[in-house]
Amino acid sequence: MISAAKTSHIGSCLSVADILAVLYGSILRVDPKRPGWPERDRLIMSKGHAAAILYAAVAEAGFMPTEALAEYARNGGQLYGHATHWGVPGVEMSSGSLGHGLPVGAGMALTAKRAGANWRVFVVMSDGECDEGSNWEAILFAGHHQLDNLNIVIDYNKIQSLDRVEKTLRLEPLADKLRAFGWEVREVDGHDVHALREAFEALPLAAAKPNAIIAHTVKGKGVSWMEGKVLWHYRAPTPEELETALAEVAAS
Amino acid sequence: MRTAFIQTLNELADRDERVCLIVGDLGYSVIEEFASKHPDQFVNAGVSEQNMIGLAVGMALTGKVVFTYSIGNFGTLRCLEQIRNDVCYHRAEVKVVAVGGGLAYGNLGVTHHASEDVAIMRSLPNMTVVAPGDPVEARLATRAVVALNGPCYLRLGKAGEPVVHAKEPDFALGRAITLLDGSDVTLIASGGMLATSDRVARALTDQGLGVRLISMHTVKPVDRQAITRAATETRYVFTLEEHSVEGGLGGAVAEVMAEIEAPHAPLKRIGLRPEFNTTVGDQTYLKKVHGLDEETVLKTIQQIITRSYGRVG
Repeated sequence: MISAAKTSHIGSCLSVADILAVLYGSILRVDPKRPGWPERDRLIMSKGHAAAILYAAVAEAGFMPTEALAEYARNGGQLYGHATHWGVPGVEMSSGSLGHGLPVGAGMALTAKRAGANWRVFVVMSDGECDEGSNWEAILFAGHHQLDNLNIVIDYNKIQSLDRVEKTLRLEPLADKLRAFGWEVREVDGHDVHALREAFEALPLAAAKPNAIIAHTVKGKGVSWMEGKVLWHYRAPTPEELETALAEVAAS
Repeated sequence: MRTAFIQTLNELADRDERVCLIVGDLGYSVIEEFASKHPDQFVNAGVSEQNMIGLAVGMALTGKVVFTYSIGNFGTLRCLEQIRNDVCYHRAEVKVVAVGGGLAYGNLGVTHHASEDVAIMRSLPNMTVVAPGDPVEARLATRAVVALNGPCYLRLGKAGEPVVHAKEPDFALGRAITLLDGSDVTLIASGGMLATSDRVARALTDQGLGVRLISMHTVKPVDRQAITRAATETRYVFTLEEHSVEGGLGGAVAEVMAEIEAPHAPLKRIGLRPEFNTTVGDQTYLKKVHGLDEETVLKTIQQIITRSYGRVG
């Protein structure tokens, strides 16, 4: 999709691919036949720049035919290069400007909690977007209101747009920061699907606390020459590069 | 106006449990009754306007009709991108309420002067912009806003604005209210300037002028028909608002009038000069500085009429 449309963020997609696969594959209570089912779990993709992998995940989950993915970032289509809800079943919220997903997720979780409903909210975030103050407003709010039906998954691939996270705005100690805000935190290898599933199945991690799964990931995971490289935040693979990348992923 | 608003919202929340109120840690002596009567429909988001709007969207997307409440710029400009992307793009049932529209918090400082909010909110797709002219309109607008499907910006004054409508007018969003009819000049007012405009209109009428007074409580979608009629049936159109002359009511009326093909009246926008205030003053004082007090408005209109037509009346 990204190669054909010559768009950015392949590295950001590959780091979160296993997370979305596990969530849509075995955790989220959603029904592709009823995208508006009121009792569904809500997944908000706050790192909207990884739209391609979100569209792929909702298509694989059955919300739309996988053939529709060819429309990605194409003129006249519906699948914009940042996550878009408009005309795209299964996408709860449009995003693309960072720091918007978590406050909305907190509002959903508050409504569910007050209504005594069982559905849950998952907000998938990037590490770079933890720079946004709006996230910390919502982290403060969710801790105070004990929103244990609110779950964030931080795709902690350690690289943001221009440089490594630790050289941009250091997040560490991230888990301790979240704990200090009243969250229960679990750290997990974001490419170990069994570990991810186990962590998600353990939700809620504690009573009366919102949950943070910090998923340690590798930007560009699965393609040796993309892994851990800032370059692949923006560059689109050429057709030849795509071929070698797909061969590597297939062999792994 | 804010009293009329909160009383009406209270009544609406009694009947409709979807109606929620989120405040950005503001509303002392205003929101207490709502909060105690409807604890499950009330949230104090704290001093975090971006979060406040996000919360409202999350609640709205799960079935609520959510009013956010803050002072002028805080609940609009601070969280503008949340309003654009999350409220408007998602057509969320979020009603952004600002108190202190214009110079209501005059001597608190420039940070508290809401002078560009209407222009900015008006430019957002899917947004309805309402600035009621008196407590009666504020009450009617609050009811209409709940019934409206989609995002809305409700711009209120503070407390103690005079009642202009002696009896309850027919009220529909997007449809201006004509308080006086005449064929010489038209005064189109929004927000708190309705009271000033009403007094000016009566003074002009006393001088023998046929004055049409229109309350344009909905600035978006603006009542194009009322504007077109005023511009073709009367000889001069004045807009009056406690907001920058750029992009607010005056801008909206100018846009409509510029596209009228038939010969039509000229327009004068009366409002705040688009600049930051440099002297301290309360609302009354600063309105005078900007020529928005009754006496200056009357003089401005008289001068223009005399210059254009040689006489008043």
